[in-house]
Amino acid sequence: MSKKVPLNHLRELESEAVYVIREVVAQFENPVMLFSGGKDSIVMFHLARKAFYPAKVPFPLMHIDTGHNFQETLDFRDWLVEETGVQLIVRYVQDSIDKGRVVEETGYNASRNKLQTVTLLDAIEELKIDCAMGGGRRDEEKARAKERFFSHRDEFGQWDPKNQRPELWNLFNGRKNLGEHFRVFPISNWTEMDVWQYILLENIAIPTLYFSHEREVFERDGVLYAKTPFLKMKDTEKAEKRIVRFRTIGDATCTGAIESVASSVEDIIREVAATRVTERGGRADDKRSEAAMEDRKIEGYF
Amino acid sequence: MEDKTIERSYLDMELLRFTTAGSVDDGKSTLIGRLLYDSKAIFQDQLEAIERASIKKGEEYINLALLTDGLRAEREQGITIDVAYRYFHTPKRKFIIADTPGHVQYTRNMVTGASTANAAVILVDARHGVIEQTIRHAYIASLLRIPHVIVCVNKMDLVDFKQEVFDAIQQKFHEFATHLDLHDVRFIPISALLGDNVVDRSKNMDWYQGPTLMYLLENLYISNDYNQLDARFPVQYVIRPQSIEFHDYRGYAGRMASGTFRVGDRVKVLPSGFTTTIKAIDFWTDHLDSITAPQSGTIILEDDLDVSRGCMIIPEENGVKQGQDIELMICWLGDKPMVPGGKYALKHTTNDLRCMIKEVKYKVNINTLEKDYDDKSIAMNDIACISIRTTKPLFYDSYRQNRVTGSLILIDEATNVTVGAGMIV
Repeated sequence: MSKKVPLNHLRELESEAVYVIREVVAQFENPVMLFSGGKDSIVMFHLARKAFYPAKVPFPLMHIDTGHNFQETLDFRDWLVEETGVQLIVRYVQDSIDKGRVVEETGYNASRNKLQTVTLLDAIEELKIDCAMGGGRRDEEKARAKERFFSHRDEFGQWDPKNQRPELWNLFNGRKNLGEHFRVFPISNWTEMDVWQYILLENIAIPTLYFSHEREVFERDGVLYAKTPFLKMKDTEKAEKRIVRFRTIGDATCTGAIESVASSVEDIIREVAATRVTERGGRADDKRSEAAMEDRKIEGYF
Repeated sequence: MEDKTIERSYLDMELLRFTTAGSVDDGKSTLIGRLLYDSKAIFQDQLEAIERASIKKGEEYINLALLTDGLRAEREQGITIDVAYRYFHTPKRKFIIADTPGHVQYTRNMVTGASTANAAVILVDARHGVIEQTIRHAYIASLLRIPHVIVCVNKMDLVDFKQEVFDAIQQKFHEFATHLDLHDVRFIPISALLGDNVVDRSKNMDWYQGPTLMYLLENLYISNDYNQLDARFPVQYVIRPQSIEFHDYRGYAGRMASGTFRVGDRVKVLPSGFTTTIKAIDFWTDHLDSITAPQSGTIILEDDLDVSRGCMIIPEENGVKQGQDIELMICWLGDKPMVPGGKYALKHTTNDLRCMIKEVKYKVNINTLEKDYDDKSIAMNDIACISIRTTKPLFYDSYRQNRVTGSLILIDEATNVTVGAGMIV
């Protein structure tokens, strides 16, 4: 039954991520792992299971629910929780709106993406969370390229990009004062391709949204959006059935679909290898301005 | 059949981490942009974004340097503030670039980027030759023991691709590098702007017969970069499932710092010094025969010993150094100068302890490589040889022998900020 694992680049990234996740459990008292139902958080959770097996994952998953999800994502989330016995915490953006903590955006491009930050920070405060692990990757966006594995947040949950702690060797400094917390990104060094190759290598289950399917979509500013009750269509916009899949899965109001016939992970890898647009190219949340991600991160976004 | 190879070829890919250092305007960002562009790691939307930005700035050609400036302040000031990480791959290797700014005041960023690198790419402007920054970059590569150094003599197009210029720079570099501890140094004449010898061979320099930068990065022999002789396993976390199925399971989770352990090896656990045998090595549901750096895994011991985070498992007959009085080279990273006699928190492998600064032996002038025995004030970006006393014994190797068990960081106990990077002498 013995087996030698060769250390190719995926195994080295895996080893690094497992080390980081174990460091979190060793250094923090009340960590959570943020879970969106997207492939990055699914891979991160898979790594957490590997890190602690045969013990259970010693922290809960936390989902910040915008209420604008694809049903497939929620079904997948609930299936995974059932399957693995992990504890799940859900906090709703709708609750933050009802309490008057945030005001819902209006208009055709209204999205709850930005509002999530407040719900997340409120949850961190309410539950006394001292570390929230996220599936952010440095290759996603240029403000993320400067992010640390262990990223310090002040008592307002803010990120100070110009004053980050130096991070040397694999010595991670998670020391903080009361009320402050950390964001930790175990798969910082992974690329979109690494994530897909790893999903194939480890045979990890992912939501069906990632695979080619027929869906009613409409086009806006060059992005294909799914027709959902959450996104108001203009009179000039017409929905039609097309064969699509999603490259990233976020809130339904800001996640674009791509036309694709990729129906297996192998197909997706071939598609990613040939594609000439970044995966966030279909994300309306990043298109708002050149520093859109940087601004959201400073406020305390994922 | 051809399709299969696309998805499966990655199983043979290795990971190489390298750092790039250069001074302002020597074309470092252009070089990185070129590597990303020529290896097709730049996407259409990214290219369009920098095209728009280049036009807005009134530049003649697409400024590849704009790809690497992530923060608003950097774009506004046209400088790089922090270490940025970039990714690209070829069919052979995946690369992680730690892109560090080259200004004098950012030695700390260079040290950060160098700490995990297999290779350093040092840029020299062909028109200016070896300058103080070059010496500083080479010194840091040597101090941090980056196994491979590639000196790219850039902007060859601006010196008419002349071999004499390249030869003279190589000569000058060798002269001062004799004072350094560099083992594998290569030189390549390039033009990052035009692409000569970056990915594609130059048509302008027939006199250069060596490899291109990309060829070198793809083929550097990196298997020896980790210490393979001394098995070291710092215990990170103890796994006890508390379930019926795994009632008596007690596994020591961690990542091999160096060397290899095999099932059946006789080992010693520090600090207790008790000896036992490795019963099993697990990772997930796999039972492994062995574990080699930098693998993560879980070790199960034959005997029931008191082992917790901060302990280290080593071979029975292969000793590690231990002591409370430690001499080290330190790079100061903090805003506030180091306090002589001051107390700091210290992190070393999976251990947290405290230490006191006992003595500053000398400070290194990193522009001339001279040792200064008189000036004992250590401020940000200074590099010095100091001695410290720790609150409890440290189990370590010299940094020369082991980059994992020989490194430590100092933390300001009031602000919790990392203020020092230490390499044990």
